[in-house]
Amino acid sequence: MEHVEIPRAGLAVRDAVVRYGASRRRQGAVAVDRVSLDVTAGEIVALLGPSGCGKSSLLRAVAGLEPLAGGSVAFDGEDLAGVPVHRRGFGLLFQDGQLFPHRDVGRNVAYGLEAQGVPRAERAERVAELLDAVGLAGYAQRSVATLSGGQKQRVALARSLAPRPRLLLLDEPLSALDRRLRERLAVDVRETLRATGTTAVFVTHDHDEAFTVADRVAVMDAGRLLQVDAPDVLLRSPASERVAEFLGLAPRPGEGDGEGAGDARKPAVTTSTGYDGT
Amino acid sequence: MSARVAGARLDLWRGRLGWGVAVAVPLAFLGIFFAWPVVALVVQGFFADDGAGGRVLDLSGFAEVLSRPRTWRLVGQTLAQATVGTALSVLLGLPGAYVLYRCRFPGRTLVRGLVTVPFVLPTVVVGVAFRALFAPGGLLGWMGLEESFAAIVVALVFFNYAVVVRTVGGLWERLDPRAEQAARALGATPWRAFRTVTLPALGPAIASSAAVVFLFCATAFGVVLVLGGVGYGTIETEIWVRTTQFLDLRSAAVLSVLQLVVVGAALAVGARARTRRERALHLTSDRTASHPLRLRAAADLLPAAATAVVVLGLLVLPMAGLVARSFRGPDGAWGLDNYVALGTTGGRNTLSVTVWEALGNSLRTAALAATVAVVVGGLVALVVSRRPRSPGARRAVGVLDAAFMLPLGVSAVTVGFGFLITLDRPLGFDVDLRTSGLLVPIAQAVVAIPLVVRTLLPVLRAIDPRLREAAAVLGAAPGRVLRDVDGSMATRSLGLAIGFAFAVSLGEFGATSFLARPDAATLPVVIYRLIGRPGAENYGMALAASVVLAVLTATVMMLAERLRGDAAGGEI
Repeated sequence: MEHVEIPRAGLAVRDAVVRYGASRRRQGAVAVDRVSLDVTAGEIVALLGPSGCGKSSLLRAVAGLEPLAGGSVAFDGEDLAGVPVHRRGFGLLFQDGQLFPHRDVGRNVAYGLEAQGVPRAERAERVAELLDAVGLAGYAQRSVATLSGGQKQRVALARSLAPRPRLLLLDEPLSALDRRLRERLAVDVRETLRATGTTAVFVTHDHDEAFTVADRVAVMDAGRLLQVDAPDVLLRSPASERVAEFLGLAPRPGEGDGEGAGDARKPAVTTSTGYDGT
Repeated sequence: MSARVAGARLDLWRGRLGWGVAVAVPLAFLGIFFAWPVVALVVQGFFADDGAGGRVLDLSGFAEVLSRPRTWRLVGQTLAQATVGTALSVLLGLPGAYVLYRCRFPGRTLVRGLVTVPFVLPTVVVGVAFRALFAPGGLLGWMGLEESFAAIVVALVFFNYAVVVRTVGGLWERLDPRAEQAARALGATPWRAFRTVTLPALGPAIASSAAVVFLFCATAFGVVLVLGGVGYGTIETEIWVRTTQFLDLRSAAVLSVLQLVVVGAALAVGARARTRRERALHLTSDRTASHPLRLRAAADLLPAAATAVVVLGLLVLPMAGLVARSFRGPDGAWGLDNYVALGTTGGRNTLSVTVWEALGNSLRTAALAATVAVVVGGLVALVVSRRPRSPGARRAVGVLDAAFMLPLGVSAVTVGFGFLITLDRPLGFDVDLRTSGLLVPIAQAVVAIPLVVRTLLPVLRAIDPRLREAAAVLGAAPGRVLRDVDGSMATRSLGLAIGFAFAVSLGEFGATSFLARPDAATLPVVIYRLIGRPGAENYGMALAASVVLAVLTATVMMLAERLRGDAAGGEI
């Protein structure tokens, strides 16, 4: 499996391998197993899979937070090996936001701009613009402790968009929220990403969310990519039974996955509209 | 090679250099001013001059010292004092931790502050306070406890109560109450739920605080010296007596080795307890775990009553007694005579400096010591708080963590004594540090560093690593991440760390008593000299000086606690 042609624009992951707990003596567990994925400029791709399937590890490897044990990550044709996190020009949105507790909303959003050395006036303008874009205009002076979960995630989204990242990585950004909020925010996130023309990789374990947000969906299981296609193609012709199972298309043999994702309400039979923890 | 990759290389080297310095500075400091003196001391015990300028291995010093019945009596007294002191501190500290960290009532902040004060009070002051309490004519003179084992143990509990309350309380406060509620729902009585669910969860914190208290009790110096009187002693005081009175350095060295064994064992137990504790328990991050104090329920009333008795009887009474006595002049009349006398050098010129001059010396040395301790301790906390990716580096960090805690256990007297025998020609340089006046602040810094580390470390460790990742992804270089995340979060507890370092240095007695020249004596040294000399006038001055020192340290601590505000973290 030698080099397929690397596209010039956008993200190109080739045969990426991520291992955990590896040392000189031990190989460690494989979290991501020779995954290749392309995301073209302006495209939103969702990484869909059960928790523990390696989708977050892949995302962290792309961000530069996890070292690659094999393969490569390139952006716009440039290999990113050895480029540290803060020089990649990517954005990352965590599941629980990770807002800086000692900064107010505005200064959280401004953080990336400060690191870039953007002048104060321009910074203030951009912060206002982004808070407006996420529906939190006028919140700049608020302490982050006073925000609700949904508001926190909106601020975190504004913060990661402020420095105009070349690529935005979203690591289950909505899964800590309740269902109705999640459904609404998924639409908002897609609109915001579209409006800002941001290239993005969106990790989720919820297929409805993936279909709402993404142009293409990559289904992942046990460290490998099973299928990458547009939502309608996936639904029409899943490549395997396992894929169909994730998408809630086939009845499952049992509930033996032991996968809860923190949600106690596990439907006995999943439908395409119901939230599916697995 | 692209510009991004070239920049990355530069970053990498800059990072390595930065961390190299952060590791090297504390290692060098503690190497020269802690490890070397202590090792030299141990060597002194194992080797003897062969008469030709060389040294030979000679264990006769051990044989000689260990065959003395006096040595075993001292070892027995040390262990007994430490064991009883620790047991009482834990027994009394548990209800205190519950009431002060799990219940809400008006004035809780004040009581928490009050409980912490004794820990930072200079040992000599505490010795003087309890002596005044138990002396004939004192408030508790009728108990006949003057110069007794009981008096020393009570004084040790006075000191270490705060260690247990704060360490255990800090964990208890954040313990998820739902586990206990689940046990109650399953039919357990409150007592049974406490015993089977809460107590095991608190176990590591209790063990960790007990190990620290055991250390402090086993190496207590000032209190024992002041309260013990003739015939009573511990390994620690014996080292001091052997060195300063009999000039018997060999016996002192052997005793120091013995001391190290006791300390090492206690530290090992404490370290094990700490690692167990860091395996995360069910902690709640919000502060909803406390409830209003309900005096009608026995589960609240008993601990509340116990805590009230301890705080009033054990903590407030001795301090109030000390203050009251300090206002009674040599002739027994009430007045400011003792305070007026602080401008003199004492009856029959006991001192070389006036007490006020000694106070000036204390403030100067403590400021210097606190600066050094905060710089070195801050670097240690920063390095030790990292969790590197490679297992080798993680192990190295673990070793550093343990190494930097050693000064906490190794007695101040050992440090002071070690300085005496090594720093006449440090590293072969021909500068006698012993006369430079720098030695006292350095020794005080060595004693204060572990406290600085233990104040800052929990805060740095509690920072979610993803917060640093979030900053890095937003384009912050490693140095900037350090400043914006670690720096901002640690700033408030830095105030507490500075306060701790300053207060501890102000009251430091063990090492200082070895090293301070008479004309540069600090306040604790002066107080000890004053009570050691006969004369009601000197005793009165000692009481007044103790009050001054106590007020000063308490003020420093209160200010520091204020700076800290509500930020979490902070055990002793």
